[in-house]
Amino acid sequence: MTSFIFRRILTFIPTLIGISILVFFVIRQIPGDAITAKLGAEGSGSLTPEQEAQYRAYFGLDKPLTQQYLDWIGGVFHGDFGISEVRREPVLVAIFKTFPLTLELAILALFMALVIGIPIGVLSATRPGSAIDFVGRAVSLLALSLPNFWMGTLIILLLSSVFHVLPDQGLYIPFFEDPLRNLGQLLFPAFTLGFAFSGSLMRTTRAVMLETLNQDYIRTARSKGLRDRAVFIQHALRNGLLPIITLAGIEMGYLLGGTVLVEQVFALPGIGRLTYTAILQRDYALVQGAVLFIAFNFVLINLLVDFLYSLADPRIAHAGD
Amino acid sequence: MPVIKKVLRNRSATIGLVIIVVYLVLFVMGAFSITPFPPNEQHPKAADRLQPPGMTYVMGTDQFGRDVLSRVIRGTVYSLRVVFISVAIAAVLGTLLGIVSGFVGGLVDTLLMRILDIFFAFPAILLALAVISAVGPGPYNVIPAIAVVYTPIFARVARAPVLSIRSAEYVTAARSIGMREWRILFRHVLPNSLDPVLVTFSLALSWALLTEAGLSFLGLGPQPPESSWGLMLNEARNFATSAPWLAIFPGLAIMLAVLGFNLLGDGLRDIFDPQSRM
Repeated sequence: MTSFIFRRILTFIPTLIGISILVFFVIRQIPGDAITAKLGAEGSGSLTPEQEAQYRAYFGLDKPLTQQYLDWIGGVFHGDFGISEVRREPVLVAIFKTFPLTLELAILALFMALVIGIPIGVLSATRPGSAIDFVGRAVSLLALSLPNFWMGTLIILLLSSVFHVLPDQGLYIPFFEDPLRNLGQLLFPAFTLGFAFSGSLMRTTRAVMLETLNQDYIRTARSKGLRDRAVFIQHALRNGLLPIITLAGIEMGYLLGGTVLVEQVFALPGIGRLTYTAILQRDYALVQGAVLFIAFNFVLINLLVDFLYSLADPRIAHAGD
Repeated sequence: MPVIKKVLRNRSATIGLVIIVVYLVLFVMGAFSITPFPPNEQHPKAADRLQPPGMTYVMGTDQFGRDVLSRVIRGTVYSLRVVFISVAIAAVLGTLLGIVSGFVGGLVDTLLMRILDIFFAFPAILLALAVISAVGPGPYNVIPAIAVVYTPIFARVARAPVLSIRSAEYVTAARSIGMREWRILFRHVLPNSLDPVLVTFSLALSWALLTEAGLSFLGLGPQPPESSWGLMLNEARNFATSAPWLAIFPGLAIMLAVLGFNLLGDGLRDIFDPQSRM
């Protein structure tokens, strides 16, 4: 088991390095570097070439690219992601200010997706071809086709015109400070994200259930006289959990960085919106840091999923032995 | 049986195809400016501004008195064009990468697949945002952004069947009669690994539509006064409570288009790979 985890971690290291190289060089493609952007923003184009060179030297922009990359990644290893020029604070501080919101949003959304998706998927699979199945599949198709930012807009529209309330916007209130207001802020955005994801979850659950329900041990369980419920939940669903765990894990990874649209619609200051604003404001250090952080999270969650996977199915950990 | 006959026998594929044909008609109308009103024409009179749907303006008008239906049709041209071009680029590039990688195998394959793994570590919208930040916002700068997102998916999909085709008897036979490797690749391997690519093409169009609409919604696609579904939704935000039609119709246009490509993709998958029937 330990050696399995160790092996997995080892294979992730090249991926992490690759991600950091990709992020660094994509952001470096941005026309005009940090200096010209800063000068443009402050409207003082009157720097002499010498002063500009000094600035470049100060920010390390006069060094070769590989050296710049090594300096940057060396800093990252020490927890130094650089300084956000626009926000005038360390990048890591900006990330940690906004990340809790996105993390909570993602967890809530995942929870809702599981609560909506799995029961409907199981129900669909128990009576394939029935009216319930048809409705279930229609809902999943709808969930897959609804743009989440449109759904969010419609929810706000509905809340304000029918119920005359608006979702709580503005500063994020941590759950432990005021649970009610916190949920009031995040409930609707989380539902928007969760519903979108419940579509693929329904499909996977249904497909997996249909497959397992055809297995011999299900027939055995039935012939022993077990009730349908016990068969579906204890035997079929349990064995079908693996693909569902994988899907949920991947989705969690995507949710931690793919919430920008919903954060924008509901005016939530999460890490998605932080990245988006940083791109608009050409705050390169922040873009670099935030994108790297999100991608690292994704890889980390993948690692976690692999681990869960090997717990759920011990055969996997011993596959290579 | 030709593919089109099979498609017409599959219910979801047929519905999907019908929806897509309707959009293609809208595309042609928009491309040739056959719209009830010129899409960017403003009607400054108060009587024409923010009008609810009715006889003259079927989908109502916006704050400048512009006809929403005409702008939705115009948006169809933009969205479909961007999405088709970017997914086509991704499909060609990804398929080539995938089949070459799978066919050659060994270190090249491992290395390429590892590099692709890196791209999978980014949520689609974030990767697209990063690319846009490098090339700058603009109506057609969205194309490379979307192409980068979907190329790795095509590579994976195209590579999978190659692994078994590589050792198929007809490949060994071709090799034994002295056929060159690159000819085997294009004569035998490519045609036999295209089915999943076709399925993915349709599905990728649906995902790409969502990405494109999202980028436009963030204001990174076409700039006003041009129209695209995502941009219309963005502009509607300030007026949504008093004029909900501004938010409803463009969103509906996105959703139905995504639905159409989804249905077609699902149907194609049932046809080509009956075992994976969902």
